[in-house]
Amino acid sequence: MSIYVDIEKTLGDFRLEVNFSAGNEILALLGASGCGKSMTLNCIAGIVKPDRGRIVLDGVTLFDSEKHINLPAQARRTGILFQNYALFPNMTVLQNIRMGAKREKDPAERERITQEVIDSFGLKELINHYPHQLSGGQQQRTALARILVSKPNILLLDEPFSALDSHLRFRLEQEVADILKKLSKTVIFVSHDRDEVYRIADTVAVMNNGSIDVIGEKKQIFASPVTKTAAMLTGCKNISRIRRLSAGRIFAEDWGIELSAEDAEADHVGIRMHDIAFGSRGDNTFKCNVVSVTENPFSYTVMLRPLQAPCHCIPIGVVCSKAEWQSIAADEIDISIEPQKIILLKG
Amino acid sequence: MDLFPLWNSLRISLISTVIVFFAGIFAAYYIAKIPRMLKGIVDVILTLPLVLPPTVIGYLLLKLLSPKSVLGAFVFSIFGTRLTMTWWSAIFATVIVTFPLMYRTARGAFESFDETLAYSGRSIGLSNSFIFWRIRMPNCRQGMLAGTVLSFARALGEYGATSMVAGYTPGRTATVSTTVYQLWCTDNDALAFQWVLVNLAISFAVLVAVNLFEKGARTKAVKGGK
Repeated sequence: MSIYVDIEKTLGDFRLEVNFSAGNEILALLGASGCGKSMTLNCIAGIVKPDRGRIVLDGVTLFDSEKHINLPAQARRTGILFQNYALFPNMTVLQNIRMGAKREKDPAERERITQEVIDSFGLKELINHYPHQLSGGQQQRTALARILVSKPNILLLDEPFSALDSHLRFRLEQEVADILKKLSKTVIFVSHDRDEVYRIADTVAVMNNGSIDVIGEKKQIFASPVTKTAAMLTGCKNISRIRRLSAGRIFAEDWGIELSAEDAEADHVGIRMHDIAFGSRGDNTFKCNVVSVTENPFSYTVMLRPLQAPCHCIPIGVVCSKAEWQSIAADEIDISIEPQKIILLKG
Repeated sequence: MDLFPLWNSLRISLISTVIVFFAGIFAAYYIAKIPRMLKGIVDVILTLPLVLPPTVIGYLLLKLLSPKSVLGAFVFSIFGTRLTMTWWSAIFATVIVTFPLMYRTARGAFESFDETLAYSGRSIGLSNSFIFWRIRMPNCRQGMLAGTVLSFARALGEYGATSMVAGYTPGRTATVSTTVYQLWCTDNDALAFQWVLVNLAISFAVLVAVNLFEKGARTKAVKGGK
């Protein structure tokens, strides 16, 4: 099971240009809204026709602009789950799922696989309900059942949890993750939520403005995001432009401080809010003014400006536990940043 | 009271509604897919009969269909029948006049249809015609019904173009609306009033039906969006 995608598509001012391949894994396309994640899925599913390029799924060419191949959506066997689940409102749960089994020509077999998927998704009680009578989670399960009964070769999930209430989301995410892992098929999963991506995906492709910024194993991408976009999308809140001073020394222009860091080619630097410690330790220690303190449910976000920094500089954010902040709260405070926690980035 | 005008009006309206139902839906469906520039032009042409005076439509139809016209003369030479001044001539008039009502209502219904339903249908292997008849049409049902009933009501009340194309021959081409005019002209006020009542009753029933369909569509939309 594998997919190869190399496509280009221009739509007005927007230009999509993506190139990636995936095997038996869960690949997440992580990006801000409007970056082309969903359009990429739609191109694979045959809903949008790329201007140029090639899409190959398990050795079958779905699209090839040079050979003038453009398989209709019906023949692609790509199961796509939309954000709103797209259940047919005029049909019951049972009828919706039967629609997915219509490719099977033998009526007895068709009925058998329909019943099988209804049982395995725990939808037996709901078969006579219409979509508007179902909860968000039940709708999602029905939609997933309808897709899986159609025996797709790849699963495309477009923001599958964003329509759910947050308390439901976590449980359903685990349910869906379990199903996906058991499938052992290529899954492409589009999301703008880094936590969700980290929990579900194996591989992450960070998308920015129509193209893939970086792609790699998820732990790798979260540990060293490489690009500024990847750093922002993986949740790094402190990002500054830098100037290299000498080997191992950089000047962070947006923060107005000098830092000791590993030597590498870079034009930006990122530091995660929880990677900054209070107290003075090592080279990168700065005495700071507390600019603001924001209370979160289980932590504090403290914005700090180094005393040495000119006042046009932007403050640095630090997140810490409530207990820690309550024990050290002051107007002036030391922070320290370990050099290996400094992420060097390219614009 | 000779009921021929009622029967004639009903058959004209029914036949033209069937024609307009299919023509309007297919025009709405295919015009949504053509390039925007062309769409604007075609849309104006198809909606024109809605704003043109029926007498102008009647005039243009006579130019096209009368025995002196190319088409009219051709049909007469082959079939020996005129295209105008028969009971079914009125169908030409009612089809043209009511087409925009069906076309625009159907277009509105198609435009509010959630296209992801069609996309997901295609990706699980449903054919395009299956999706059209079993998913798109049922989910646009309320709009389609409202358009159909409205077209039927308008056809029933058509006077201007009908009277020019089919004329008024008692027992042959008389409709409810042409009968009312004729009776009034000939000072038969009592009978004219009876036909007016018939007309009012039909129109009232039809509009109540339209409102019920629209209400149904709204409650369904509210439920669906929960």
